[in-house]
Amino acid sequence: MGASQSAGTEHEFQDLADRTGFSLEQIGNINKRFRQLTNNEETLSREDLASIPALDNNPIRAQIINAFFDKRNLHQNETGTVQEIGFEEFLLVMTHFRPAAMGLTEEERENLRREKLRFLFNMHDTDSDGTITLEEYRWVVEELLSKAGIIGQETAKAIADAAMLEVAGTTRGKMEPDEFYEGITFENFLQILKTFDIETRMHVRFLNMDTATLRCGKSK
Amino acid sequence: HLVKLGVHEVPPPSSGLLTPTMGGFVQIKLAVYFLTIGLVLLNLPCGSYTEIPPKPPGTVTVLPPVTPAEGPQAFPDAENSNLPVFTMNYARIQVPFEVTLWVLLASFAKIGFHVYHKITFWVPESCLLISIGLMVGAIMHSVHEEPPAVLSYNVFFLFMLPPIVLESGYFIPTRPFFENVGTVLWFAVVGTLWNSIGIGMSLYAVCQIEAFEVQDINLQENMLFAAIISAVDPVAVLSVFEDVSVNEQLYIVVFGECLFNDAVTVVLYNMFNFVAEMPEVEPVDVFLGVARFFVVGLGGMGFGVIFGFVASFTTRFTSNVREIEPLFIFMYSYLAYLVAELFSISSIMAIVTCALTMKYYVEENVSQRSCTTIRHVVKMLGTISETLIFFFLGVVTITTEHEWNWGYIMFTLLLALVWRGLGVLVLTQIINPFRTIPFNFKDQFILGYGGLRGAISFALVFTLPDSIGRKKLFVTTTICMIMFTVFIQGISIRPLIEFINVRRTNRNLETINVEIHSRLIEHTIAGVEDLCGQWSHYYWKDKFLKFNNRILRKILIRDNRAESSIVALYKKLELQNAMEILDTVSGDINAGSSIVSLQYVYPLSHSSACFLSLSLSLSRSLSLACSLSLACSLSLSFSLSLLLAFSLSLSLSLSLSLSVSFCGLVTLSVSLSLCPPGCLSYTSFHIVHPSSLTHYPFNLNRSDGYLRNPEGFGLGSIYQG
Repeated sequence: MGASQSAGTEHEFQDLADRTGFSLEQIGNINKRFRQLTNNEETLSREDLASIPALDNNPIRAQIINAFFDKRNLHQNETGTVQEIGFEEFLLVMTHFRPAAMGLTEEERENLRREKLRFLFNMHDTDSDGTITLEEYRWVVEELLSKAGIIGQETAKAIADAAMLEVAGTTRGKMEPDEFYEGITFENFLQILKTFDIETRMHVRFLNMDTATLRCGKSK
Repeated sequence: HLVKLGVHEVPPPSSGLLTPTMGGFVQIKLAVYFLTIGLVLLNLPCGSYTEIPPKPPGTVTVLPPVTPAEGPQAFPDAENSNLPVFTMNYARIQVPFEVTLWVLLASFAKIGFHVYHKITFWVPESCLLISIGLMVGAIMHSVHEEPPAVLSYNVFFLFMLPPIVLESGYFIPTRPFFENVGTVLWFAVVGTLWNSIGIGMSLYAVCQIEAFEVQDINLQENMLFAAIISAVDPVAVLSVFEDVSVNEQLYIVVFGECLFNDAVTVVLYNMFNFVAEMPEVEPVDVFLGVARFFVVGLGGMGFGVIFGFVASFTTRFTSNVREIEPLFIFMYSYLAYLVAELFSISSIMAIVTCALTMKYYVEENVSQRSCTTIRHVVKMLGTISETLIFFFLGVVTITTEHEWNWGYIMFTLLLALVWRGLGVLVLTQIINPFRTIPFNFKDQFILGYGGLRGAISFALVFTLPDSIGRKKLFVTTTICMIMFTVFIQGISIRPLIEFINVRRTNRNLETINVEIHSRLIEHTIAGVEDLCGQWSHYYWKDKFLKFNNRILRKILIRDNRAESSIVALYKKLELQNAMEILDTVSGDINAGSSIVSLQYVYPLSHSSACFLSLSLSLSRSLSLACSLSLACSLSLSFSLSLLLAFSLSLSLSLSLSLSVSFCGLVTLSVSLSLCPPGCLSYTSFHIVHPSSLTHYPFNLNRSDGYLRNPEGFGLGSIYQG
């Protein structure tokens, strides 16, 4: 069900709502936006996302855009990227940003955390080998700091090194001198961010904004 | 003023007032000491108006007339022929002396509490201070002395309150504050209004009941009184909430609410005051009241922001007068406060916004030392003020005249609790959908329960015009309210928080990883929101940051290098670690090994070192050992070489050694030793092995993680890349 023909049918929305946990209204809003971005076509490509003007100022826009086309985020067990996605895949990626509902059990909360942290992990791990190596981490830090003024390459590298060391220290404890730290695995990642309340911070409210009146996004 | 009893006549201290329940002999001794001081004070006429000047200008000096019998004289009088050897002139120093003694007394009390630390865990300091104040007040009352008029309107609002509010404003956690600013203002404005009107109306209804004999209090007076006691007080709340760690959202809402409800309180107070004197109220007055609210609130914030920017701009040019940099902060914030008082707009909001605005820019402009000084002095002034306020609250409670009325007082307490609870419930229901992190019922309970009243209400009630017949009753009720909330709610809030298991904050150490990922998430969310065409406060935050970077920083900051928070945190951690290393190293500096420990002292390394030692003995008494060591580092070699040489001397010898290392590869060390004739040959002691960095810093011998190895390594080691 990659590209739904007339995605305005209630029935399909209901189906999607059941599977993803969004409400019908939220799905309607997201669909409107999807239509806007794709110029009423069926699939979304990278160029569509890249042309959003508001994203230009975002230092990590490349990673964000890639995240939408990353197969790992689309709940498929493969790695690699796709070229185009349909509305359903778009929605699937958006599920990572659902707010944490009140009254979740501990287990559900933990699962939500893992899901969101997995999304972040995939953003770092560009070669899909399951670990974040030093180069990948350096790349992320450089991107993050690229908009923050003239930061030397050396400083960015130094910061990334320091961060890796921190992870190594927390997760591995005392290391032997000739040990080599390959990279951050997902478990390590969970460990270092366990005090970080990601389930409350990482969410977007999908309210009904009349997107036509906003200056950002494509006007159609 | 004449001295009644000689100061040197100290009545015997009575230690029986303090029971030894606080434990510890030391406690009793301290109590004895400060009771002594208190009694000393009692012997002095303290009925005069005492000002407590926190800042140099404005002290009052009282110069007594010089009588011929006192003081050193320019020329000896013919009647009293002898030159007085020892004279005393108390009246001259009276005011500053008493001020200092009272401050010391209150501070001793604070020291005393911490001797037995279990008490401060369960009982907030405010309660303890009030208790001590009550005792001192009882003593003073029994000897018919008047306490200094510290809680009078002018002294309180001009000198005691600004330091506290400045401290709260300066140390507000800015990010959570701006994320929650809507909720804060909602609770502050609407919540206070709700409380005042609710309490006022219901008290008026209660007054109609004949049994309580308070029928002469009309509606306006009730509303006025309600306006006074419905405001949550920053002093009391902060002193209780600081020790208890609730989650950040809750803390910031309570904190913000008590600071920002001042605007509403001021307006309501003035309005009802005005109205209470007028025979009738017209609807146009209500509209004027609303308009006045906006003037007061926005004006306060506006003045604060203006003064904040002016202060930041001034500090841009202070690079050559570093010593007086902190002064500007205090002067400008105090000025903001006073100018707001001049126009009768909300001075608390002015000083809080001034501190908020100033802090960010000023801390980039001033030197590190000035920054530390500012923070420290702000905290100190705030603590002193708070201590004095609570202390005098206790003292004045005893010494004022009271009028007790069971019905009115009990109903006030009850209604205050009820209306606050209702208010919190209703308001949270309305605002929860707009919040990213909604408040659950536990949070709401603490929000309602944490609404403590304090000294502001007290000072305000004293300034009620005397035309209000039942002023004394109001005073008594206010005091009861304050005592109730501070003691009962203040003491019970900590166990309650643990009992109902409110979400607590994770006071985790700042780590670079968490910081990086915070930024990452923010950008991701901002990006996804842009993608979805949503906007939330991230949008405004982004816009403000851009405006900040482009315009404000250029004007207000001296050397404008835009910096990300990651880099700032990184620098801060680096600085901390460097200081730690220096601390551990300097501890064992001694003649031979100091230089060595500044290099990389690891038992294992990937390098091999060759050591060449040349020892030359110039004379029997002096030997110069010159050693050259060459260390090559081969990253694949696992060979160890340690060169140890022992220093044996059968008699005393003095040795000095100097060692220089070039790029970690070559170490030259020269040691000079002096031994008396006849001693055996002398060789020098070295452990050298520089280890070089390879491309992967992880296989450095970093045994416990990021820069924590106290064995010492070069300061710049990891960052040679």
